[in-house]
Amino acid sequence: MPRSGRLKLKPMKSFEYFAPHTFKDAASLLLRYGSKAKLLAGGTDLNLRLERRVVDPGVVVDLKKIRALRGIKLNRQGLTIGALTLMDEIASSPSIKARYAIIADAAAVVGSIQTRNRATVGGNLCNASPAADTAPALMALAARARIASSRRQREVSLEEFFLGPGKTCLQPNELLKEIFIPSPALRSGSSFLRCTRTAMDIALVNCAVFLSLASKREVISDIRIALGAVAPTPVRAGPAETFLTGKIADRDAIEKAAELAAAGVSPIDDVRSTASYRREMVRVLTRRALEEALNRARGKRTNEG
Amino acid sequence: MKVTKKKIALTVNGETYEKEILPSKSLLDFLRTDLNLTGTKEGCGEGECGACTVVLDGRLVDSCLILAVEADGTEIQTVEGINPKGGLHPLQKAFAEMGAAQCGFCTPGMIVAAKYLLDHNPSPTPAQVYKAIAGNLCRCTGYGTIVDAILSAARK
Repeated sequence: MPRSGRLKLKPMKSFEYFAPHTFKDAASLLLRYGSKAKLLAGGTDLNLRLERRVVDPGVVVDLKKIRALRGIKLNRQGLTIGALTLMDEIASSPSIKARYAIIADAAAVVGSIQTRNRATVGGNLCNASPAADTAPALMALAARARIASSRRQREVSLEEFFLGPGKTCLQPNELLKEIFIPSPALRSGSSFLRCTRTAMDIALVNCAVFLSLASKREVISDIRIALGAVAPTPVRAGPAETFLTGKIADRDAIEKAAELAAAGVSPIDDVRSTASYRREMVRVLTRRALEEALNRARGKRTNEG
Repeated sequence: MKVTKKKIALTVNGETYEKEILPSKSLLDFLRTDLNLTGTKEGCGEGECGACTVVLDGRLVDSCLILAVEADGTEIQTVEGINPKGGLHPLQKAFAEMGAAQCGFCTPGMIVAAKYLLDHNPSPTPAQVYKAIAGNLCRCTGYGTIVDAILSAARK
């Protein structure tokens, strides 16, 4: 049947569909089908790519029926978010908003309500878009990806998790189970900012900062700056972090760090922006995010954003 | 690899259906072609426009980005089920009275998104209405009357 006006070169090819109820069953399906299988979370990216035949897997393994992969858990060590947790659940979670607010801020700007009611944090990360909004927020908070296959479990930093656009360190027999974010230090603050043309658009640049201050002094003891959409993967602004560590972040130091961050990225020209505009926005967003994170760290004993 | 049809059972607007379908079929196509519920529209087919908006297990979603097999065991409400008592829902009446439909193609999605808003927030501010329909595009750009109609229905 002809469909509405949009160009469709080939109809979607069908595939074998599995919806296992346990991690064990999912892992054995991956063992059996390996790279022939695509893992399905919320589907807001994968189903579109299936329809456009950007991907053409023989097998789709839907993870949504595995209850253990979904949910938000908070304890003294930190926060654990199941890979299948919805963006909307993250954006509205009181425990995330209280101490890990930038993760909620990032989840809240992903697509529309319709998208956030379906898209998952694990899907956002595994899709490995350089512009993924949750990635810099999680990276700034030192998040770890917990990965498992039928044989073993491992944990990697997000810096190790992303390999390139659409590429992660996941092996064909592995899946992302959950994200762990260590509890932030006292006297810390963070900020997530992004630059888009319109509200629903994908980020031109996104930026997250986490910093903590040495007790009773204004010296920065720990800092992480993460940037998205300006390199093949979300990246840390290493030179800017090194420059600010151990310093009092006055106006000049913040400006210098923002310049170092802009100098360190490798953005591209595309339909959303030019590379030079992206680089300039890195400078602006980094400066603003540093100021906001600093204010939050000064204003509150615990990190509330 | 031989591709087999999958049997799914789901509830749509209070009625239970069991069908055999190809895993590649979208929920949108399933609703329109298998169940003949053509109120739900295909606009962009990529989750930008919201013309295919339905409520799935209590959550507002784009049915074009969901496979029908993923909806197995779920409960769905489409624009056809917006008023279980039959007749027009107050939102539909307000849209008609205030001229909130121009070409009408976005209207079912707008109505479903607006009902989802009023179910969660019975007296929204204009700003909350803008946010609630941010995922629904009107290519006639008739947003003014759409927002007015939603606010007017909320007052009733």
